[in-house]
Amino acid sequence: MDLQEVQTQLTEWVNEAATVFHKVPGSAVLLRYVRSSYQNDPVRSAIELILVIFFIRYLLAPSYSTSKQNFIKLTEDEIDELVDEWVPEPLVAPQTALEETDMEKLPVLVGPTGPKSKLANGRTVTNLASYNFYNLNANEQIKEKAIQTLRAYGVGPCGPPQFYGTQDVHMKTESDIATYLGTEGCIVYAQAFSTISSVIPAFCKRGDIIVADRAVNYSIRRGLEISRSNIKWYNHGDLDDLERVMQKVVQEQSKKKLTRRFIVTEALFETIGDLNDLPRLVELKTKYKFRIILDETWSFGVLGRTGRGLTEAQNVDPTQVDMIVGSLAGPLCAGGGFCAGPRDVVEHQRLMGAAYTYSAALPAMLAMTASESLNVLQSNPEILLHCRENIRLMKGQLDPRSDWVVCTSAPENPIMLLVLKPDVVNARRLAIEDQERLLQECVDESLANGVLITRLKGWPISNSIGLKDGGWTVQPALKICITSGLSKKDIEKAGVTIRHAITKVMTKKTNNKLGLPTA
Amino acid sequence: MPRKLSNPFSTSSMPHTERSGERRPSQSKGNRLTQFFSQKPKESLSAQQTLLAMQQQQGISPATISLPTISLSTATAGEPNSDEPPTTLFQPPSADEARKKQRVDAQFGPLLSPSHLYVSEHHGKPLEAPVEDEPPYYFVLTTYISYLILIFFGHARDFFGKRFGNKKHYETLKAQNGYAPLNDDFDNFYVRRLKMRIDDCFARPTTGVPGRFITLIDRKSDDFNRTYKFTGTFTETLNMSSYNYLGFAQSEGPCADAVEECVRKYGLTSCSPRSDTGTSDLALEVEHEIAQFVGKPAAMVFSMGFVTNAGSFPALVSKGCLILSDELNHASIRIGARLSGAVIRSFKHNSMSDLERKLREAIAQGQPRTHRPWKKILVAVEGLYSMEGTMVDLPGVIALKKKYKFFLYIDEAHSIGALGPKGRGVCDYFGVDPAEVDILMGTLTKSFGANGGYVAAEKHIIDKLKSTNAATLLGESPAPSVLMQISASLRIITGELAPGQGEERLQRIAFNSRYLRLGLKRLGFIVYGHDDSPIVPLMLYHPAKISAFSHEMLKRKISVVVVGYPATPLISSRARFCISSAHNKEDLDRLLAACNEVGEILQLKFSTGVAGGSEPLPAGVSPEMEKEWRKANGLEGVVKPPRWRLEDVVTRGELDVKDQLR
Repeated sequence: MDLQEVQTQLTEWVNEAATVFHKVPGSAVLLRYVRSSYQNDPVRSAIELILVIFFIRYLLAPSYSTSKQNFIKLTEDEIDELVDEWVPEPLVAPQTALEETDMEKLPVLVGPTGPKSKLANGRTVTNLASYNFYNLNANEQIKEKAIQTLRAYGVGPCGPPQFYGTQDVHMKTESDIATYLGTEGCIVYAQAFSTISSVIPAFCKRGDIIVADRAVNYSIRRGLEISRSNIKWYNHGDLDDLERVMQKVVQEQSKKKLTRRFIVTEALFETIGDLNDLPRLVELKTKYKFRIILDETWSFGVLGRTGRGLTEAQNVDPTQVDMIVGSLAGPLCAGGGFCAGPRDVVEHQRLMGAAYTYSAALPAMLAMTASESLNVLQSNPEILLHCRENIRLMKGQLDPRSDWVVCTSAPENPIMLLVLKPDVVNARRLAIEDQERLLQECVDESLANGVLITRLKGWPISNSIGLKDGGWTVQPALKICITSGLSKKDIEKAGVTIRHAITKVMTKKTNNKLGLPTA
Repeated sequence: MPRKLSNPFSTSSMPHTERSGERRPSQSKGNRLTQFFSQKPKESLSAQQTLLAMQQQQGISPATISLPTISLSTATAGEPNSDEPPTTLFQPPSADEARKKQRVDAQFGPLLSPSHLYVSEHHGKPLEAPVEDEPPYYFVLTTYISYLILIFFGHARDFFGKRFGNKKHYETLKAQNGYAPLNDDFDNFYVRRLKMRIDDCFARPTTGVPGRFITLIDRKSDDFNRTYKFTGTFTETLNMSSYNYLGFAQSEGPCADAVEECVRKYGLTSCSPRSDTGTSDLALEVEHEIAQFVGKPAAMVFSMGFVTNAGSFPALVSKGCLILSDELNHASIRIGARLSGAVIRSFKHNSMSDLERKLREAIAQGQPRTHRPWKKILVAVEGLYSMEGTMVDLPGVIALKKKYKFFLYIDEAHSIGALGPKGRGVCDYFGVDPAEVDILMGTLTKSFGANGGYVAAEKHIIDKLKSTNAATLLGESPAPSVLMQISASLRIITGELAPGQGEERLQRIAFNSRYLRLGLKRLGFIVYGHDDSPIVPLMLYHPAKISAFSHEMLKRKISVVVVGYPATPLISSRARFCISSAHNKEDLDRLLAACNEVGEILQLKFSTGVAGGSEPLPAGVSPEMEKEWRKANGLEGVVKPPRWRLEDVVTRGELDVKDQLR
């Protein structure tokens, strides 16, 4: 009896549900579809039902992270135990022997940087280690201008450029540089070292292609790393290789969506000192539709008749180069860096250049100094000639006469890099560290004789080069920075001192080491 | 540079010739500078002499003249200050002196009453996260709708513009001549279509010292902010925008004098990275001073704050290490972390429970896939967050550090100088021994009015960093003038130079911060951040209000920083006031009055009262008794939205700031 009641109740409910279901718009269609599909193919209906159930289950399932597939569930006690047991490595490794000697021997200057500098031990030495090529650091006119600026603006601008940190002085410096170079616009960063590391990722994004010289400096490498672009390398200075790489890129990309392509290279290479061939670069760039980011950090204020850089030296229209990056901190004796180019390029960086947006602006004094230094360079191009004459003299003392070292720098480059001759390196089987040690001895020896020079610091680059970066090794080198602040006699004297120092170190070593000098 | 002669406010930025004429002859130059660097006992004497000499020669000094009694009574009773010549006080100032005083006051406002001082210090209890008030849903919804409208119109304009628009403006967006467009991503769309509309609120060009007042160069745009034209006029505005926490942006006074001497002696730069010949006696001296100031054995300085972070992380951690970074950390930390090659994970802003959870998981699980233990874990936090105004919960982090053995990196970019009874940053504020923190990093741009950054740590760490940090090895070293500014301002803060002035500056910023924050809360604004923090963000929400607020404030001659997406989450656009010691109560009252007016016009008074600013308790009810009192009067859980009258805010504020804010 009861069973019957239950049954009628059930049928009632089912009927009610059916009427409700029929009232839902579209229900008839669904019903018809299920019926007909069931009649035609019951298996299909079954599969569809399973799919629907799976779909509902999937929707209701708790979300999980794909990265935690490797996750091992541990109890709280086990975690506590692991926490207790975990011993981190010390925050920094101990200094290596080379680092310690470097630090010990680091020269400390007392008073101003100049052609003759006073060291902390009280000696006055000939300073051939600062980028003070034209001795503008001692220029009274520039100093006076800087002090005037100090008395009108204070020291720091106390804010990033986007938030009231842009002062009229910065705008003046920017337009001065743009006019000097002959570009549409220019943007001034607060530090030269971070300028190009910030310019590259402002334009090069994931999926873009960058072709870079294997010998580019550390700042560029940092920029390339942040950009996450697809990076291809070409052999240093080998523009035929560059062309091959570009051809390959164009071929590979021909069927894909057009991406941005860049060539990143230096005008004067920081670690080698040699000169790039800009006309050829521009020719290749136009042929294969690449954009050039040219790092003129070491050539701005150095190359060309009035120091405009590689474009002036090789007669290339600066508008042909998409982005020119340079430094105001070197020979200009100011601070900061800049990127010059078309207006769009410059304006884009004002928001997307990380080192511009997220950093305080350059102190007004230093911006004013940069403008003033440019002024000096433009009005007295003869100081460039004087400096080049000194370079020639120094080179005459060192390069052809030395059995041990060879200068890899271009003849116009006031930073002379001297590397050990390959046959010396081969004959004595000198590893990189051995070379560094030998060169440090040369530095010490020449300092003992009153000439301050330094070594090329290649460590950060060597350390940052991974496997995919093409296996570039920075060859240890002596770094001699020529200045026009010294007379010819002084330069020659310093040249002799350095040459003798190198010879002394190298011959001393011969006695201890196997084999005789082959040169 | 625009000619300054047309400047109607020529008192604050005079033409060069006039100024150089009036500048004090620097007869004692080399001499005084060498005194700065001589042995300790002589130093304080020379500092005194400097100050005295300056006062005699100039007649006025910014902090002492207006109220010479202040620095004595509030700070250091019985200091030798009392034998200052009192003559200058009561002589009617000559026209020249009056102009000079006005100029000095425009850079650093005179203190109006000795009661406008407060010591920035944490009072023991665990740091609570500040309550974040929320606007009514209507405002949240309309904010989203505003962005939708903006984005829709932007795309519509791009669509038609690319086809029919002026070629010049769309060139870079289209592939042409075989070159892919230079900028075509969302960032660029955002810049062109959203930011461009309010572009005149950003990067306003200024001239002169960014002190208490800042002089803006007026500009206008005829083509919707694409280009600007200078009108040739200048506006002197109250500066609520510069990171000038301790008011060291000055072109007069002991700092500027020291810098001038320094330029004459050292020249302009050191022309070399630190690892070549960029290490001068001055740099070493400054590093030593900074180390002493922050309470670490050693320190190193950099020429840029950004690179201090960007360069330090790669030198500290590498592959196989973990960086746990607060989600609101500054871009420089994020870039540095990315360059280091370490695994980066972030934890919720200032949430110690989330940090602990992440730490437990990291240590328990080890490195991804291999489950090897992490080589080291570095937790990176900021002392004071520049967009939120919140402070790190340092005691909380230190407690976790003891248990989980991670290394702690604190970026004190904003907190150094601005927090703590002695201005030595968050450690000083919370009374934590700096030795508990592994790396203390900070910038010298903000509180010290200079440029650059520093890293302070144990000696062996600094030694290693000096030989492995690429920014030291290859980046230019700080200019001597900048180093001298750091040194001089540090000496003023510690009281070595111009005694009493440093302490006054520290206490003024603490008072100003609390006063303004309380005032804004009472007026009914939603304000973020901890009470003692000198960064006061005022919430605007709507994108249109960003520019409206900025314009309205500019009309009232106040320059403020407004920020929206991407610096903040999409919906929480805000205006940010940066408090300085250079402001006095009068300036803040002026700001409050302006905010009150603008808040009415723009409907910005959203606050519900949960975050503070409530009516004072009736007489006889102390804060401890508040709970009972509420129970007795049936006011439990009742929060009244604060909408104080401006007059009450101004009159009551001065007293109430010194108690616990409510």
